[in-house]
Amino acid sequence: MIDLGKYAATVWLAYGVGLALLAGLIWQTVAANARARRALEEHDKNG
Amino acid sequence: MSIWEYANPTKFMRTTDGLLPWLVAGAAVCCVGGLVWGFLTPQDFRQGSTVKIVFLHVPAAMMAINIWVMMLVASLIWIIRRHHVSALAAKAAAPIGAVMTLIALATGAIWGQPMWGTWWEWDPRLTSFLILFLFYVGYIALWSAVEDPDSAADLTGVLCLVGSVFALLSRYAVLFWNQGLHQGASLSVAPGERMSAVYRYPLYLSMLGFMLLFLALVLIRTRTEIRRRRLAALQAREMRA
Amino acid sequence: MIALLIRDLRLATRAGGGFGLGVAFFLVLSALVPFGIGPDRAALAPVAPGILWVGALLACLLSLDRIFALDHEDGSLDLLATAPLPLEGTVAVKALAHWITTGLPLILAAPVFGVLLQLPPAAMPWLVLSLLLGTPALSMLGAFGAAITVGLRRGGLLLSLLVLPLYIPTLIFGAEVTRRGAEGAAVQTPLVFLAGITLAAAALIPFAAAAALRINLR
Repeated sequence: MIDLGKYAATVWLAYGVGLALLAGLIWQTVAANARARRALEEHDKNG
Repeated sequence: MSIWEYANPTKFMRTTDGLLPWLVAGAAVCCVGGLVWGFLTPQDFRQGSTVKIVFLHVPAAMMAINIWVMMLVASLIWIIRRHHVSALAAKAAAPIGAVMTLIALATGAIWGQPMWGTWWEWDPRLTSFLILFLFYVGYIALWSAVEDPDSAADLTGVLCLVGSVFALLSRYAVLFWNQGLHQGASLSVAPGERMSAVYRYPLYLSMLGFMLLFLALVLIRTRTEIRRRRLAALQAREMRA
Repeated sequence: MIALLIRDLRLATRAGGGFGLGVAFFLVLSALVPFGIGPDRAALAPVAPGILWVGALLACLLSLDRIFALDHEDGSLDLLATAPLPLEGTVAVKALAHWITTGLPLILAAPVFGVLLQLPPAAMPWLVLSLLLGTPALSMLGAFGAAITVGLRRGGLLLSLLVLPLYIPTLIFGAEVTRRGAEGAAVQTPLVFLAGITLAAAALIPFAAAAALRINLR
């Protein structure tokens, strides 16, 4: 494990918050895309 | 209905379909590589281990500004050439830009806490980013408020133009208003002011990663918008039939 | 153009036109601030320039949606759009009418509220001058926001969200003039910037606002 010294909490918090925001954005993007694709496929099947 | 509605988006979908896997892979490799490499860099003699935050903070801040510029260009293309994909790309980019601004602000606040002894300071750079965030929020809100998609694209395009001027104006007004704590540009070409190579190369990689990540995300989001539009167009046609 | 200006002024000043609402709001705000901060003169005086400017800005915001909304509802906006007067001119006149009915009363009332907030007497002329130079830009930018949101349901809240960030430069320089005036420092630089923003807004914003109106009337 890499030693972060006295600022360990700060670094972990910054990476945690930053990566969480990124992950949320990516998840939302992929989920919305899948939803749109499914809706379109459903429509094609029925119509 | 214009020809672009079907012809051009179809081509866009086909092109991006082949391109996306490469982009996603590139973004993943560069982002993970840059961040992990950055995380393993030695401690700075002054800032200690907090220097590692730079590998998230600077690329996010860079993208926050670049995405607004990209939206401006896309809006101009839409207003001048009436390219539907362009308008949708501007729409797709806005939430990414807002999140990037938020990451820059959040990591900056967390970094500022031990370095400057405060979470928030009304420093020109911080304030400008807060203002930029407000502009993103207004832009996104306008997109979701207008029902007719073409009017929404036009109105947000005009807002983006005016907003760009005022975002720039605010930047300089804020500079006049308060001189700050924030250090100057992180990447300077002038020798002597440069960051040491130990930090510079992982930072470049991380920036490249964020750039590719943005490209991948904006393409996926544009595809989502195109699919939604197509579905709405098909449904509207059935309603008429 | 003059006829349109007079018509708008008449509409705004007759009963139900909302004339004076902005000033009343400004008064209430100025009266509320000491309750929040405390009656201490030493605490109020330093924040007074900022509070007065923010108050004027918010009061200005209140009546923005009326610039085009009423004309849009009864269809006279469509008539104005097809009238020989260019839509840019219409926008400019309407912004001017908004300034006369909202901005001017605010400027006249501001020194009184300045007294309420313990604004140093030295700052009074600078407060009035900065408002005089700055509020036309607020009306102009407001007309742009109103033009963008004119056709929307629940446009009012969105209007504030869109317009307030655009007000930031004006607010910064306007409050800076007043603050420097209170301290007896040189005010020329922010004053020139303030005037520059107003002139640029008056010259360029009508085109953007007219473009937004045309989109909304399509």
